[in-house]
Amino acid sequence: MRWLKWILTALVVLFILAPLVVVAVVSINENRYMDFPPQGFSLHWFAELWNDTGWREAIVTSLIIAVTSAALAVAIATPMAYVLRAYDVRLAPILYSLGILPFMLPPVISALGALVFWNSLGHSGRIENVIISHAIFFSTLPLITVSLAMETMDRSLPEAAQTLGANPRTTFRTITLPLLVPSMITGYAAAFVLSLNEYIIAFMVSRFSVVTLPIKIVNDLRYGFTPTIAAVAVVFILIATTTFSLFALFGNLLKFLGADPAILERER
Amino acid sequence: MSELRRPTAGTKAVLGFPLAMLGIFFLLPFGVMLATSFYHRIEGGFYEPAFELASWERLLQPVFIERTLFSIGICLLAGAVCIVVAFPFTFFLTRMRRRPHVTLLVLIMSALALSEVIVGFAWSVLLGRAAGISNILVWFGVMDEAAAYQPGFVAVLLGLCYIAFPFCILTLYPQLSRLDPELTEAAQTMGASPSRTFWTVVVPIGRPIIVAGFLLAFVFTLGSYLIPTFLGRPEHWTLSVFISDQATFNANVPFAAAMALFLTGLSLVVVGAVTWVETRTRR
Amino acid sequence: MQARGGLRLEGLVKRFGDVVAVDGVHLDLPPGQLISFLGPSGCGKTTMLRMIAGLERPTEGRVYLDGEDVTDRPPHLRDIGMVFQTLALFPHLSVAGNIGYGMRIRGVPKSEIDARVTELLDLVSLHGLGDRRISQLSGGQRQRVATARALALEPGLFLLDEPLSALDANLREQLQVELRLLQQKLGITTIMVTHDQREAMTMSDLVVVMNQGRVEQVGEPLEVYRRPESPFVASFIGRTNILRGEVSDGVARIAGRPFEVDRALEAGPVAISVRPEDAHLQTTSTPETNALPGRVVFVRDLGELFECYVDCGLDEHVVVAGSPRERVTVVQGQPVSVSFPREACVVVGG
Repeated sequence: MRWLKWILTALVVLFILAPLVVVAVVSINENRYMDFPPQGFSLHWFAELWNDTGWREAIVTSLIIAVTSAALAVAIATPMAYVLRAYDVRLAPILYSLGILPFMLPPVISALGALVFWNSLGHSGRIENVIISHAIFFSTLPLITVSLAMETMDRSLPEAAQTLGANPRTTFRTITLPLLVPSMITGYAAAFVLSLNEYIIAFMVSRFSVVTLPIKIVNDLRYGFTPTIAAVAVVFILIATTTFSLFALFGNLLKFLGADPAILERER
Repeated sequence: MSELRRPTAGTKAVLGFPLAMLGIFFLLPFGVMLATSFYHRIEGGFYEPAFELASWERLLQPVFIERTLFSIGICLLAGAVCIVVAFPFTFFLTRMRRRPHVTLLVLIMSALALSEVIVGFAWSVLLGRAAGISNILVWFGVMDEAAAYQPGFVAVLLGLCYIAFPFCILTLYPQLSRLDPELTEAAQTMGASPSRTFWTVVVPIGRPIIVAGFLLAFVFTLGSYLIPTFLGRPEHWTLSVFISDQATFNANVPFAAAMALFLTGLSLVVVGAVTWVETRTRR
Repeated sequence: MQARGGLRLEGLVKRFGDVVAVDGVHLDLPPGQLISFLGPSGCGKTTMLRMIAGLERPTEGRVYLDGEDVTDRPPHLRDIGMVFQTLALFPHLSVAGNIGYGMRIRGVPKSEIDARVTELLDLVSLHGLGDRRISQLSGGQRQRVATARALALEPGLFLLDEPLSALDANLREQLQVELRLLQQKLGITTIMVTHDQREAMTMSDLVVVMNQGRVEQVGEPLEVYRRPESPFVASFIGRTNILRGEVSDGVARIAGRPFEVDRALEAGPVAISVRPEDAHLQTTSTPETNALPGRVVFVRDLGELFECYVDCGLDEHVVVAGSPRERVTVVQGQPVSVSFPREACVVVGG
């Protein structure tokens, strides 16, 4: 059975790596046609990302949207997660389901809903539309992370604060909120990354007026391939891998993903 | 034992902001979409308020039904393939020594952070004729001539599996990492081979999360737009693609709205049904 | 130190849905003492403590602190300090941050807070550890920080919910003594919830024994030990033999044999409690009264302790315990008799 385990692992690793390797190879190719084996080595497609206004603008647009919508998503989710878990609210399960729903449904539904909604307001093709729609769509993520943090928080902590003379508002401000910050950051990070990568909602809501990075990539691909696209992909991959590697080295990646700390202690 | 307090007026006001946001920017659009599905379509991508059932009637056409069945089929298949591979893989992963364990997790999380457009693009290259798998095989002399495997059904399936796979692992990971090693050890002391142990101990215990992971993969792939577009011909396109195309290129928004609502209902029904069955058959 | 913290509970009842956690408790407790709420898990002692703290609202009844009705007052307006079972130390604050929390939110100037925190750290023997993070402390150290934090504002009432249950045995006994000495030094009214009767006996001025939401007995530790008022109290505090029989013609009979007790008896069933260390083994013939014949079932000789389990035909084996000097040489299966001196027989019920 041992060999089966390693074959499975090898196949999975190959599966995950394959497209990444391909893209990396294409991005360093000298000429603009994809060929294998690659002809020559060049990093100038990466420089292109910075030099070309189109790409630069798309990157900036995507970043603006991601930074703001993720913040808005956390602002929407945190009060909801807190109140629903700290108080006995009658319709709590329904309200929580409402909070989960946007993300659980196929994105095209939210995208179309947003499109007709903004159209009916006569307010189409604006960057605010994308920001708000992304915020709503991704608010589920901080909702889940903050709710989980509320659930696992030692209930005696706010109670102890009260016995020390803190009224409910002071308790929330000095004890509960600081302890929720890690989960808020996690929710923010998740919403940020997903917003950066998101295509269909941004596309349907703003069409051609707001060009995010994914939209530019899809548009460019329709006109033919440029290795700049591959360069974008490689940059994304490198950022993701670096971030998670740093997290793994300095943080506790396993615990973050849900592993039981006690079992991790065991010598393997 | 401790009960939660009832919310004060101030607390209810705090809850008001998120509820207002969700109400205005989620529920209201849904309502508008519902209304739009009854509107009259005008050439050129516009529509005017009306009450027609034309869009809803188109849902009954064979074309649409066929598309629906295909979407459900390929997504169920993708979900099944994902979970069947992800479950044993995650199980082995949780038992690994620290270094390979963490390395693999970093790899998987990195794949998760990729945009769907990049995944679609990468696979289209990998399965293409210019710089993909077939080129490598030609280089090694295994094949005579490079061939393109995309666009095609298998290409779409592989792409869908690729984006759903990390999510499956994330769903399975917490439970499997908490699985007490002594459970499998006990089974082995009672004479069960490793594979027997896996099937009779690990899988039954993991059943709820297997179902959850499968459902997650199903709904997630159902929502994919770019993968079928990049890697499949029109006959491989799923409902998500159909809907966006109707709304944008074909400029028939009311029909798109009707389909979107249908897709919503479909997703909810499937998730509900599978959850119900799982709860019922739980011992 | 002032004698604040006089607590009076009137008709306290707490229901959680169908479950009655506290079923009508009346208590009038004196200030300045260490009082234990003692009982098995689920007896309602923690619920009682939480109602006194204001963390639970009573379904019925009133709570009076120093004569004032505080029943409707929220916890942050009560003059209390509390140590929780999980200690509830704030992980994002340092040791000094935790201890000074109450003062900080009241706007006390920083210099005063620092001085008081230093004073408290010395009080609980944690001198100089103010800047440490909670995660860096040992179990015993954390316990002391929780104590210092609760006492920082000099509350009238000091509440402890199973404060030592997370510690291992040796540390627990050491901290029992420390906490008791601290309480005596400050003279602060203290209520402690525990399921460990030895802990209650070690530390308390007064013990409130609870069972199934009701108070079974209130008294000084030794008094409760020597004169239990019910079979439950007798078996919960220390170990005992409960001998059950019938009273006829004013005489108690256990397994048909007469028992003399220091009390007038009514007709009906009777239960007599005799501690193992008060019972005696005899290898000679069985005395007329206050004795039972039996057969040795098991001998447990631990060196410093000698125990003998005897089957006298009752529901449970009779346990006879003694010090090495009182050791009687018996073997398993040997017929013996056990005598229960009159002054050691406590009638605990019917």
